Amino acid sequence: MLDLNRTICALATPPGEGGIAVVRLSGPAAYPVAERVFRPANPAKKVAEAKGYTALFGHYLLDGQRMDEVVALFYRAPHSYTGEDVVELSCHGGRAMADGLVQACLKAGAAPAGPGEFTRRALENGRMSLTQAEAVMEIIGAAGRQGAALAAAQLGGALAGRIGAIQADLTELASHLAAWVDFPEEDVPELEPARLDAALAGAEARLQQLIDGYGAGAVLRHGVDTAIIGRPNVGKSTLLNLLAGFERAIVTPVAGTTRDLVEQAVMLGQTPLNLWDTAGLRETDDVVEAEGIRRSNQKFEEAGLILAVFDGSAPATEEDRALAARCKGRRAIAVLNKEDLTAAPGVFDQTLLEGCFDRVVTLSATEPAARDTLAQAVDSLMGTAGLDPNAGALCSQRQLAAAVAARDALAGARQARADGFDLDAVGVCLDDALEALCRLTGEDAGEAVIDQVFSRFCVGK
Amino acid sequence: MNHLDDYDVIVVGAGHAGIEAAHAAAMLGARTAVFTISLDFIGNMPCNPSIGGTAKGHLVRELDALGGLMGRAADETYLQSRMLNRGKGPAVHSLRVQTDRKRYHMVMKHLLEQTPNLYIHQAEITGVDIADGKVRGVFTNLDGYYGAKCVVIATGTSLGGRIFVGSAHYDGGPDGQHAATALTECLRAAGLPLRRFKTGTPARVHRRSIAFDRLQRQPGDPDDQLQPFSFLTRTPMHNKVECYIAYTNPETHRIIRENIGRSPLYGGLIEGVGPRYCPSIEDKVMRFADKDRHQVFVEPCGEDTEEMYLQGLSSSLPEDVQNAMYHSIVGFEKLEIMRPAYAIEYDCVDPTALAPTLECKAVQGLYGAGQFNGTSGYEEAAAQGLLAGLNAGRAALGKSQLVLGRHTSYLGTLVDDLVTKGVMDPYRMMTSRSEYRLTLRQDNADERLTPIGREYGLVTDERWAVFQRDMEVKAAELKRLEHTTVKAAELAPLCAAAGVEMGATGGPAAELLRRPGVTYALVAQVIGWGEGVTPMMAQRIETEIKYAGYIARQQRAIREVQRRETVAIPEGFDYSALQGLTLEAREKLARIRPRNLGQAGRIPGVSPADEAVLSLALRQLGR
Repeated sequence: MLDLNRTICALATPPGEGGIAVVRLSGPAAYPVAERVFRPANPAKKVAEAKGYTALFGHYLLDGQRMDEVVALFYRAPHSYTGEDVVELSCHGGRAMADGLVQACLKAGAAPAGPGEFTRRALENGRMSLTQAEAVMEIIGAAGRQGAALAAAQLGGALAGRIGAIQADLTELASHLAAWVDFPEEDVPELEPARLDAALAGAEARLQQLIDGYGAGAVLRHGVDTAIIGRPNVGKSTLLNLLAGFERAIVTPVAGTTRDLVEQAVMLGQTPLNLWDTAGLRETDDVVEAEGIRRSNQKFEEAGLILAVFDGSAPATEEDRALAARCKGRRAIAVLNKEDLTAAPGVFDQTLLEGCFDRVVTLSATEPAARDTLAQAVDSLMGTAGLDPNAGALCSQRQLAAAVAARDALAGARQARADGFDLDAVGVCLDDALEALCRLTGEDAGEAVIDQVFSRFCVGK
Repeated sequence: MNHLDDYDVIVVGAGHAGIEAAHAAAMLGARTAVFTISLDFIGNMPCNPSIGGTAKGHLVRELDALGGLMGRAADETYLQSRMLNRGKGPAVHSLRVQTDRKRYHMVMKHLLEQTPNLYIHQAEITGVDIADGKVRGVFTNLDGYYGAKCVVIATGTSLGGRIFVGSAHYDGGPDGQHAATALTECLRAAGLPLRRFKTGTPARVHRRSIAFDRLQRQPGDPDDQLQPFSFLTRTPMHNKVECYIAYTNPETHRIIRENIGRSPLYGGLIEGVGPRYCPSIEDKVMRFADKDRHQVFVEPCGEDTEEMYLQGLSSSLPEDVQNAMYHSIVGFEKLEIMRPAYAIEYDCVDPTALAPTLECKAVQGLYGAGQFNGTSGYEEAAAQGLLAGLNAGRAALGKSQLVLGRHTSYLGTLVDDLVTKGVMDPYRMMTSRSEYRLTLRQDNADERLTPIGREYGLVTDERWAVFQRDMEVKAAELKRLEHTTVKAAELAPLCAAAGVEMGATGGPAAELLRRPGVTYALVAQVIGWGEGVTPMMAQRIETEIKYAGYIARQQRAIREVQRRETVAIPEGFDYSALQGLTLEAREKLARIRPRNLGQAGRIPGVSPADEAVLSLALRQLGR
């Protein structure tokens, strides 16, 4: 539960190497805590007296020891990110100095901030809207660099721009219909059926694009759970190590070596993958290995992407056929692994893969270049390859739900046309679509339509 | 000052809002008085001589379903009737009639005179007696005082009225009446946020001066298609007159443009905000410069007068410019103006100061209706009048108040828009304002509202009996349609003749009605008209069968909205203590003081996030 009486502190910049690390303090005791931790270079300056929007130079203390140089930035409530008293302490980047500063603040009475707690406080204190807050939370959780850009683009209004364009077209249609219906005796031209149909279909298609982009956008932010699967000793762990960049799973030439699920988050091309190497699939009496297989089957069912590895230098087995069949209808890539890429083709009968996989790649998992080959296949399959992170994408379930509702309403409008209904039914569907989009932008759909009726058409007695 | 009498309810004004308010309060049994500056202007139509139109026709049907008078008076005095928007879908069919404006006044005056418990007084109300935030009575310009438990303000354009024609301007009400000048200050002092709106009306001209052969004829609907407004009217109808259409031209527009500086609106004399949908001709010409013509409808004002009304030519230009521009129109070359066009400015209230009962939040027992609440149009006024009068009467009698949700009616939508969103210019009802318009049709107003009118005491035994009989007819006919099979061979030739593709197979009549183009009238040619089914009922049955899918979907949406509307916000809820609201939402919520979560969410500036925060707080409160 959010306790606004606590003063919280956390590293506000990404952990790891960087030029500068910022530790943020927020809450009623932000100033007293800072005073205990930070010593201004000029002894005449007092932290307690610092005005909002000012800075002081000095250093921080940990257990009485003088540590790194620090610049302190002061914000007074309510004029801060969270709406509370805030002090931001910037020290040199690098794990040790930043961790030391956080420790010092905790020892001086601050509590560690929960995930997204600064943003939740900002929301509680009326400093930002839910949409802004959602975008910030997505930034915090963004998995890759591109994911962060995607969330930032939304804050900058790229998504608002895309939705706004659809909204504008629908508002124009709805206001034309409204003028035509509400002012029947004025010379408001009837909406041409072809134009109406084209506009409805166009808006529906653009919404569909946004909706399709949601999956890819979510992949960018959260990564896709990826199962590496195949019969024993076809090179799954070698592939994992190739992707992860270091020896992770125990790799031995003895089939059935991998006993456990191994998780590894990696960035492959544009796509963050949460990799699961799985125990080799085969019937076994070994209890430990059987448990590994059970879990690997479960992972297979849950995965958003399947990398099915086959030994490309040997003839296909029954197990290979069964695996290919299981991948049918899933998002899956067949990885034909060969020790030697120049080996005679045709040993492995590739026809068994047909219709079961979205992509088939041939590579040698021991060759570093194989990583790029697989990256291309994954990016194109996941839709992350062509995704412009600055184009604005739906970035929360709430936004997705609204876009889906709007798309369905437009589909309803087109159905009404197809079923021979009068335009009153079409108009109501159109209103529903606008209403759904306005839930995202916070505008009043009805007023926007009526405003346009009077600005675009000369109506009224 | 003479204390002359005491009433339960006093209605100030006897225009379209005042009439319905006075009638509704009196019908409840409240001892009611209605005051008007002149008894000869009860139910006056100072603008167009017509009732109904898009969305307005819906309001008249709703008023009638609740037990109001407007529909009955319109049915008695129409000259020409048309159903607008045929062919655009049943949701937007709208009835409109040209009326005999003098006879309309006479009928309305007589209806009020025949209403029990209702006392009619000619006097100007100069003040409302308010003490401790409660209404106590009213003062008249004849130095009289009347006590009252509730007062309904329905002052129309008379409150602080000011007339403009070119550079000439003077205090005055519509149609040559005098303005009510004293009341404004008293209302302002009581804490009501007042503002100034403006409207206008075109010239009335002499019939003999129009070359009708040079105009386009506009007849009414054929007599056998005519529908009444009132659910009680069952007599055959007959159109008596024709209207005509003329067009302005580039010469007309040149005259207007060259003289635009002499318009008080453009010259800056008028400060009031005019309605967007009712622009003066100079507004149309200036704002839509690319249009080379505008329509003018020529409508008779009555059977016993040669005066004609020129809809579309409202103006506040000086008389000489009016003459010149009218004479430039084909057919109007020799036009004789009898009453020049004029603009009128008046005082009204910011309707967000009202509760959805139409009672002022600041003054207990003080209600507002009609143009005073920032609307425009006879029908909008009358509908509010009924609600304000009903609630005033019930309050005076110690009974609960009626709030009509948006999903019940155009009236509910109108009131919710007014008190929740407020208005920037005079508000006109439009079908596009109702998100539930497939459900809120003019043909089913009785089903939606007569039971409510009955429960709240306005629907008479006679109307209730008619309603119940109609519902029996409908139920029986729906059953018959489900159980009567139509053979393809019988219907096919009829469909072919009507140019409708009916499909290859026959089936139950109700099933066939779902197919595009297959109408009740077509099916009835095979299976006969249902017992007691009027053309209006036939339309309703056809629509409900054809649109069943859409109607069901709206019903689901309505249930969801109703769920949020049952989450009540306690009176005096403290928004300043609520963390997480944006500053704008906090300010708006504190000012509008919505009654429930649904209404709160409709306030402009209150986002779904704010609504979520509020919902959370109300849930915690409920625990």
